[in-house]
Amino acid sequence: MAINREYAGRVFPASQPYEVSRVKIAEFAAAIGDANPVYRDPAAARAAGHADVIAPPTFAIVISMAGSGAALADPGLGLNYAMVVHGEQRFEYTRPIMAGDVVTAQVTLTDIRDAGRNVMLTTSTEIRTAAGEHVCTAVSTIVERGA
Amino acid sequence: MSGQISYDSVQAGTQIPAVSYPVTRLSLIKYCGASGDFNVIHWNERVARAVGLPDVIAHGMFTMAQAGRLVTDWAGPAAVVTEFGVRFSSMVVVPDPDAGAFIEVSGQVEEKLEGNRVAIALTARAAGTKVLTRARAVVRLP
Repeated sequence: MAINREYAGRVFPASQPYEVSRVKIAEFAAAIGDANPVYRDPAAARAAGHADVIAPPTFAIVISMAGSGAALADPGLGLNYAMVVHGEQRFEYTRPIMAGDVVTAQVTLTDIRDAGRNVMLTTSTEIRTAAGEHVCTAVSTIVERGA
Repeated sequence: MSGQISYDSVQAGTQIPAVSYPVTRLSLIKYCGASGDFNVIHWNERVARAVGLPDVIAHGMFTMAQAGRLVTDWAGPAAVVTEFGVRFSSMVVVPDPDAGAFIEVSGQVEEKLEGNRVAIALTARAAGTKVLTRARAVVRLP
């Protein structure tokens, strides 16, 4: 199945609010093997100058994927997920994601382009608090490998 | 875990010594659950091979997370990452035996920036191959 190029430039609806919990941050930190106390211990996080437990930098992908995953799973796009690998990832943070944040992810499918037999799709996801404060922008390029 | 690095103590060219991070099938299963990325190529060898991969491969984001650990462990708990970007240049193959694979990450301070920030260039290899290119983080130090 071919990728539907008409999806290039599409802006997807913002995701449902995502509540960032201490438990989820600790689970994610454990999954990446990172024992850093600022990801688990509120007292350690405060001692280091953070308002609460902060998330590891790449935790932003959990929230951005909540939005971009839904966008990329749109049957009209025609993406074959088993053929997908990650090509490139970039984050720009206004501040760390923190326990207690309630955020939404707004995905734009900025680009669809060919690279040999592969197709590359780039999404830009803005993560903001319910109050509209910018927390992080995640730019992802995924590659659908040609059969 | 290191202590706290200060902006004034860092120079362009400061090296961040290499750390070798293990990755096993169990790491990937845990990462699937924690991240919500259950792409079958990260846990099912049969399907991975059927779609032309050499074996199960690690999530790119798992590899990026290990590069992030090097930065945050070096920079200390009060440091804040303001930018982080990588290109995934090669796959990290994770074979079934319990030893799994290793991702070796090292870094170097590329330049000091305004606002107490420093840019760090990162290198990551698995099985002798570069798995990240254009890997760069910017951190704000106290």
